[in-house]
Amino acid sequence: MSEPTVPVHPEKPSVEHLGDLVVPGMALGVDNTYEAGLELKARSQWSYARRRFLRHRLAMTGLVVLVLLFGAGIFANLVAPYSFEAIDLTNVLQGPTTVAHHFFGTDEIGRDFFSRVIFGIRTSMEVGVFVAFVSSIIGVIVGAVSGYYGGWIDNILMRITDLVLTLPALAILLTAAALLGQGSQWRVSVILALFFWTGLARIVRGVFLSLREKEYVEAAKAAGSGDIRIMFRHILPNTLGPIVVNGTLSVGAAIIVEAALSFLGFGIKPPTPSLGSLIASGQQFPQKWWITVFPGLTLLVIVIAINFVGDGLRDALDPQQRRVRA
Amino acid sequence: MLTYITRRILYSIPVLIVSTFLIFTFVSLAGNPTDNLRANPQFSVITYNNLQHKYHLDRAIPVRYWFWVKDAVEHKLGSSLVTSQPIWPDISRTMGHTAQVIIIAEILALILGVAVGIFSAIRQYSPFDYFFTSASFLGYAMPTFWLALLLQILFVDIYLKWHVRIFYTAGLNNPGQGTWSFDRLQHIGLPVITLTIISFALYSRYMRASMLDVINTDYVRTARAKGLPESKVVMRHVFRNALIPIVTIAALNFGGLLGGAIVTESVFSLDGMGYYFIQKLGQLDIYAVMAYLVVTSVIIIFFNLIADILYGYLDPRIRYE
Repeated sequence: MSEPTVPVHPEKPSVEHLGDLVVPGMALGVDNTYEAGLELKARSQWSYARRRFLRHRLAMTGLVVLVLLFGAGIFANLVAPYSFEAIDLTNVLQGPTTVAHHFFGTDEIGRDFFSRVIFGIRTSMEVGVFVAFVSSIIGVIVGAVSGYYGGWIDNILMRITDLVLTLPALAILLTAAALLGQGSQWRVSVILALFFWTGLARIVRGVFLSLREKEYVEAAKAAGSGDIRIMFRHILPNTLGPIVVNGTLSVGAAIIVEAALSFLGFGIKPPTPSLGSLIASGQQFPQKWWITVFPGLTLLVIVIAINFVGDGLRDALDPQQRRVRA
Repeated sequence: MLTYITRRILYSIPVLIVSTFLIFTFVSLAGNPTDNLRANPQFSVITYNNLQHKYHLDRAIPVRYWFWVKDAVEHKLGSSLVTSQPIWPDISRTMGHTAQVIIIAEILALILGVAVGIFSAIRQYSPFDYFFTSASFLGYAMPTFWLALLLQILFVDIYLKWHVRIFYTAGLNNPGQGTWSFDRLQHIGLPVITLTIISFALYSRYMRASMLDVINTDYVRTARAKGLPESKVVMRHVFRNALIPIVTIAALNFGGLLGGAIVTESVFSLDGMGYYFIQKLGQLDIYAVMAYLVVTSVIIIFFNLIADILYGYLDPRIRYE
């Protein structure tokens, strides 16, 4: 069967006949509808995206790591061998050991550092997800209104966006956290969310600007749909890819910024353990490396995993790209 | 070109006014510098009201902003309410130190990033490319403060173990040493390395992507087809065009570098703007914090302007938009 052409009525549908033939937008089916000789099944855009994502090796690795770490964060009560605030003054600043389950050693008042890091993951995760969610909503609303209505509304909203982008971000966030944050996790999250929406607003605006002139929008208008319905029902689904990618990446960015704020002492205050403040506590003990290394390494791994997943999603959700990545 | 530059400069003036006004409003609403006096039982209401009046704290925000601008211009940002010291001498001194660190780091990161970006792009998928692409991915996700802290711990350890002083891990100078001494270099070495690594990750990534964009264009194929040696194709045609986005990114990255400087200077207790800002923020010294925010906004807006102008200069198509 070395013939390169496809037999019109093969005894059994076999993929081998087709070799490397790839038809854009289509893929080989396995059922018996082969009257035309090519049995082709149209796949939905989402099924393509899912396939591309599942075959993206780095993204899948990132996802697995992320599920493990965030899972440990969610079930911190069950996973952590100790409480994050249980003091043990007989076991102060011990190095990492498996004997008493102090995998990451203990800190200056004998608290188990492994447990503290796991509870820190939970804090980081909550902040990251909250910030990504809220800032995505703000970004989508601003971008949608700006792009759909255009004109002076667009002008004002985009000038505000530009302005937020020219502000010294970290310094403003530090000031806001110091003056308004009160060391509370939720206050800090809200402050971060109010700063993270600008990127997404611009992306969503761009898509809205190009799509509002399309025929299907006109058709929806002619059918009597209101502005809100057109914006969120007809145009918004087209921006879902960028929103998901941007949201994922901003989880990582928010986690890093929150850690930086807490590290400098203006973010989340003890007793809530945050990876940033855990790293900061290592600064007093340069000889006890584990206090600095473990929370920082956890933070780095989380952020890299999120970036991998984000990049994988970007590759997967890009409709221009039909190629399935190895 | 001249009209383009003028237009850009004129455009950045309202940006400056609005952003300083926003910062002023936000800081004034968030923190009243006389709040702790009101809680003090030994402080009479009349004195408190007089004080409010003296510092215009009883006026509307736009009026206060106007007074603040007048003060900032006439008295060089005024003095702190906490220490009663003038703010400008501190800002200008620390700004010099930060500038030294940031400029050295920026130059190093640009040279390294551009060089590595070029080689990664022309030897795409080579071990060199894979190594530096992964390294830049790592650097991109690396929290600045953690990197700084790791370097600090490493060099504290080296000193304690072998008594070799390669870099100092805190401070700016030993007594009696100047701005351009070897001693200063040993002090700012680690902050510079930290900021260089972070920016290098950014620049090498962008340079690689930008080179790959240009390498696949038609005019590069034409250059090859007419028989130019590969080195000439890369340097004359690809490199020059690939550099355009990097110039903009480098100018825009200045805001990020100032943010990185806050963290790095705090870790290494370096007497720069960022360290000054963190200390003043800890004391809730509102006017010093405001001075820092305004000065950095001016710097960022200035570099955005530079980015716009350079972009217009390098890519004439932009100018006629």
